[in-house]
Amino acid sequence: MIETDIVIIGAGPTGLFAVFEAGLLQMKCHIIDALPQPGGQLAELYPKKPIFDIPGYPEVLAGDLVNNLMEQIKQFQPGFTLGETAETIDKLEDDTFVVTTKEGTKHKAKAVAIAGGLGTFEPRKPVLKDIEFYELEDRGVDYFVKDPEKYRDKNIVIAGGGDSALDWSVFLSNVAKSVTLVHRRNEFRGALDSVEKVKELKDVGKIKLITPAEVVGFNGSERITAVDIEINGARMNVECDYFIPLFGLTPKLGPIADWGLEIEKNAIKVNNALDYQTNIDGIYAIGDVNTYPGKLKLILCGFHEATLMCQSVYNRINPGKRYVLKYTTVSGVDGFDGTRKEAEKAVVKAIE
Amino acid sequence: MAQDVNIKITDRNGVTHEVLAPTDMNMNLMELIRSYELAEEGTLGICGGMAMCASCQVYILNDVVPIDRNPDEEAMLDEAYHVQPNSRLGCQIPITENLEGLAIQIALEQ
Repeated sequence: MIETDIVIIGAGPTGLFAVFEAGLLQMKCHIIDALPQPGGQLAELYPKKPIFDIPGYPEVLAGDLVNNLMEQIKQFQPGFTLGETAETIDKLEDDTFVVTTKEGTKHKAKAVAIAGGLGTFEPRKPVLKDIEFYELEDRGVDYFVKDPEKYRDKNIVIAGGGDSALDWSVFLSNVAKSVTLVHRRNEFRGALDSVEKVKELKDVGKIKLITPAEVVGFNGSERITAVDIEINGARMNVECDYFIPLFGLTPKLGPIADWGLEIEKNAIKVNNALDYQTNIDGIYAIGDVNTYPGKLKLILCGFHEATLMCQSVYNRINPGKRYVLKYTTVSGVDGFDGTRKEAEKAVVKAIE
Repeated sequence: MAQDVNIKITDRNGVTHEVLAPTDMNMNLMELIRSYELAEEGTLGICGGMAMCASCQVYILNDVVPIDRNPDEEAMLDEAYHVQPNSRLGCQIPITENLEGLAIQIALEQ
């Protein structure tokens, strides 16, 4: 069982910044996210797009903002459970919570902050007969590459035309026995250098490119042995051990919707006049996942909400203890890794 | 002075709404649909309007605007579902005075 002060559900910018604010108050955090990497929408949807409304950054790439947030919270040593979806939450008699993921990982905390953005990102699944059968129990359909080693010396078919499809094709071409990339059109939507790299690998025979084409069916009774591919009205058969469709992600509120929280318009209602707490004492919702009168779904609003949430959790964990708001410039930052950051003290010299 | 334009939007339940769209607010069709709350919250405009999710796919129902897709839009629609010859991404259609009388239908959720 992982134990911490605050379990944060969602590793988007709001969830990451909450770690920093909690750290300033000497509270430890553990983050759960369904995606295999931190950053939420910023990392998954638009890492190369600039953002112009982060205070102090005239322009920052979404991916760079995530990297900076990760750097900023490193000193507070957050724990991460990535690639797992928070499935259930149980409130114990001592007012603590246990959050359990679909994979069974348990997390115990004094408070829970849901920073789930638009919800859990789920893969957009191609409409193919029997795909539900093959996606279970390692039967050959995977929507994420969690452990590339799984594909060592295997025959892989990847479908899609975006960055994920390109990047994983490139990466797995050095791991797998064969990589076939199937895309509905000849043009790709990914970064230019990724497209160039795929072309290079195609030219040297390390990636087989089939376009404009589409995977239309599966072969194999126990697990996948091959996929059927339609190209220019004709059909071909490609042997494979794994089919990885990478058609992007779509957000769903997911299991959170069943936790007894008040939901309004696909978002969690919170008390914004006070501390962004939900209708369940000790469970907070911050960032795009919450709603209240006047709500604005902006990253900077999520940062503000994370800050107030942490103050409230501090009071919850330390009843009766008086907290005085401090400024990092004055009080410095004490990391849990033993580091200390503080402003240089001015040297005052007497004037004789 | 900029004129508002009249646009007919059929939602995912098949109900048609006649809405007034401002042409002086740098809005696009996706934002218009969101501002009138014609699609369930969190299901339309997920990427914020960058042609990166196809959640704002609409069908153009009359010839007020040509079905000319830009390359980003074309690439995204190629990975989307429920795509028809008259599909466009709402986020890629700025609201201008040329849109007077436009009729669209919001595509099914991705």
